[in-house]
Amino acid sequence: MHRGEEQRQGWLFVSPAVIHLAVFALIPIGYALYLSLFKWQLLRESQEFIGLQNYAMSLAESPFWNAMWNSGRYAIVSVPAGMIVALAVAILVNQKLRGITVFRTLFYIPAIASGVAISMLWIYVYLPETGMINTILGSFGVQSIDFLNRAEWAMWALVFMSIWTGLGPRMVLFLAGLLSIPQPLYEAAELDGASRWRCFVSITLPMLAPTTLFVLITSTISALQIFTPVYMMTKGQPEDTTDVIGYHIYSEAWVNFNIGLASAKSFLLLIVIAAISLLQFRLMKKPMEDFSTG
Amino acid sequence: MLRTALSYGLLLGLAGFLMAPFVWMVFVSLHPSRQPIPTLENIIPQDPQWQNYKTVLFDLNLPVDRFFLNSLFVTFSVVILQLLITSMAAYAFARLRFRGKKPLFAVFLGSMMFAGPVTQIPVYLLLRSFAWLDTYYALIVPGISSAFSIFLLRQFFSQIPYDLDEAARIDGASHFNIYSRIIMPLSKPALATAAAFTFFGVWTDFFGPLIYTNSTDMRTLEVGLSIFKNSYGGSNWPLQMTAAVIVLLPLLLAFLFAQRYFVKGILLGGVK
Repeated sequence: MHRGEEQRQGWLFVSPAVIHLAVFALIPIGYALYLSLFKWQLLRESQEFIGLQNYAMSLAESPFWNAMWNSGRYAIVSVPAGMIVALAVAILVNQKLRGITVFRTLFYIPAIASGVAISMLWIYVYLPETGMINTILGSFGVQSIDFLNRAEWAMWALVFMSIWTGLGPRMVLFLAGLLSIPQPLYEAAELDGASRWRCFVSITLPMLAPTTLFVLITSTISALQIFTPVYMMTKGQPEDTTDVIGYHIYSEAWVNFNIGLASAKSFLLLIVIAAISLLQFRLMKKPMEDFSTG
Repeated sequence: MLRTALSYGLLLGLAGFLMAPFVWMVFVSLHPSRQPIPTLENIIPQDPQWQNYKTVLFDLNLPVDRFFLNSLFVTFSVVILQLLITSMAAYAFARLRFRGKKPLFAVFLGSMMFAGPVTQIPVYLLLRSFAWLDTYYALIVPGISSAFSIFLLRQFFSQIPYDLDEAARIDGASHFNIYSRIIMPLSKPALATAAAFTFFGVWTDFFGPLIYTNSTDMRTLEVGLSIFKNSYGGSNWPLQMTAAVIVLLPLLLAFLFAQRYFVKGILLGGVK
């Protein structure tokens, strides 16, 4: 077959996907950049070119920084906590026990559920007095707490729920990482008299570095964009303590209809996400290389 | 021996913690509607109200059965169209040499990771200019290609031995024939994996349908459920939990059915 013919065929086969990518990702990115330079009201259709003012305005207003701070503390707590729990569970289900696959399936189930249904379920779990958690705490004599309506609790209630919903995929990834570690490494370490803890620190953790990096980056990206639970459970309240950036941009665009300003804010979020992913990649890459060459 | 007992203890405790909200949900859904929230001692319904399910599906002002059909139609359309488009692209990326292939693939991967937050507003305006808002087009077309599916299928396609194509080409087969007669039939597990992922992604998508539709008749189950919560308030917990069960049950069944493929997909995306 001719080289030119293969060229033509290649582009023919990818063309539907490329057109879709252009229309629903690439052109929208450019369009969003354009929008962000305008004072643009969705319903009034008034448009006024204002240059970078939307960016300056975003960076100068406290609700934007409050939302960034909320997303930051949500991600900084929920991602490491979720990863540690998932690794522990992966180690637990990485044992040759009868019925272990049933447990693996059960542990995955919270992750497949719809965000809206899960949120409704957890509103119920967190209810004061009669909710599941307060009932359990109450039996130990703890006073009822209205988790979702108390400024000092609401964010942590969302974090706790995210550990529950995020367990499945992270557990599966860590489990695959654990299964790919060559057994002779452990056998040799045991012959040398290494303790279980020593094996975990010196073999398991470094061998899991690539998996950990992947889980870290994908979890952080999705934590910074959390939306559905906030929309369903707290609407950013109480006292804007759960007004995370995903919800903040949503309100700016679809409640206030400031689509120019909202576009500028979404670009600022994009920059933060890209920078954090790059930083995590850089930070983790060095120890990974040291290990594989050393 | 002690270790095994301890492991089972932990496993059962964890299973209890993860499953408790679901069990609670099913119990509450069977309590008489409009009753105060049952306490822990009374959580098991004395007289299970199965008619709650009939009430939610057919008797309320909200067309929950219509939401269900919308979700079904939209999800299946997206899955089928997406498999077609992404498998063709994956075939080109895995088995054909053409100029610009590497950078193009990088653009797909980059869009998968980073395009999310900025595209919501422009895509809305785009759909509005096509006059597609509040139609099935708005619910289906944005989802008919996915960089993740292309990536996943490409991984699988590149592992199929090349001798097969060579032999077919000597016999004069076209690329379309190789794609449709050799690669696709050999790739059923990978296609099932991509389909499972897409199914769950579309069925549980909330943001898109929330913004792109506004008439009640065009809502999917996921958005319909959120309306349900707002219109039936915090007061009627039994009916709310009934609605939640109705949304979750198809997902659970689909998961148990496609679990094998689902887990494989996570691994193909994660550990190359």
